[in-house]
Amino acid sequence: MKGIQDVITEQIQSYNEVADEKIDTANGEESVIYGKGSPLDSVGFVSLMLDIEQAVADELNIDITLVDARAMSQKHSPFRTIKSLAEYIGKLSEQGDE
Amino acid sequence: MSERIILITGTRKGIGEALAKYYLSKGDIVIGCSRSEIEWSKNGAFENYRHFLTDVSDEKAAKEIFSFIRKKYGKLDALINNAGRASMNHSLLTPIDTMRDVFNTNTVGTFLFCREAVKLMRKEKNGRIVNFSTVAVPLKLDGEAVYAASKAAVVSLTQVLAKEFAEFGVTVNAVGPVPIKTDLIRGVPEDKIKRLLDRQAIRRYGTPEDVINVIDFFLKPESDFITGQVIYLGGV
Repeated sequence: MKGIQDVITEQIQSYNEVADEKIDTANGEESVIYGKGSPLDSVGFVSLMLDIEQAVADELNIDITLVDARAMSQKHSPFRTIKSLAEYIGKLSEQGDE
Repeated sequence: MSERIILITGTRKGIGEALAKYYLSKGDIVIGCSRSEIEWSKNGAFENYRHFLTDVSDEKAAKEIFSFIRKKYGKLDALINNAGRASMNHSLLTPIDTMRDVFNTNTVGTFLFCREAVKLMRKEKNGRIVNFSTVAVPLKLDGEAVYAASKAAVVSLTQVLAKEFAEFGVTVNAVGPVPIKTDLIRGVPEDKIKRLLDRQAIRRYGTPEDVINVIDFFLKPESDFITGQVIYLGGV
């Protein structure tokens, strides 16, 4: 059964198909999505997050809002790696995206 | 899919109803919403029309509309933020709850639908958003402080979102109608309307067709270089 990490990885792969500078996924769940070492600019980041948001809604039935002031202000960015993002989505899902 | 997918808010009556029927007559697929049931499309009178019962400031309900559009059509070509609420009273006679209601519908609703629409439109790198302002903004009409302020905010939103959404290929413009004979101005005294019309270059009531004409211009494929603009009717 497909999990949150699988959906994130698929969306990164889709992003990489059209991006000039690709996100390196060689490190598996520790692969860096956003921040130091990532090729994403702010627009690329927002676009990818929206794709992931829609994909987890469609494929896993998890309706959440990923990018908001609450997420952006966290001391440890939930967007740093595939693993941290998957954990954040799981947490939001349990909270019912309050 | 060659038909345009057009989302129009506030389609129960007035300009929203006219807009929905107009674009349906053009062969477009129209998704509409309002807070209560509509009469004009009962029993599936219009095959290409789908209606949602929604308060436009309700984030969860709004997201359900966009989720439906994404799953059913996979794209959204145009959003027309028509839903609006008026308050034609002296500020001293305006309860704070009225101000909240007016801002929720006119400003919060407009922002919410713009934000969700661009999430869909960015995939096609193409989209048109048309918001509704009013001549009450440039004319600074007394007795319409709350309504004018809520629509002035719509102008600001339109101009800023035009910049933020440009890189997604989405234009954001606004139309500013003059008084049109709809329920929105039903309670406004005739002499007050007359004084307002006298401040227009062309002194007559507007019609839904006047509004449709401006929106058609914004929606044209050739208008992809027109964004952040507000067109006021009547020469205001």
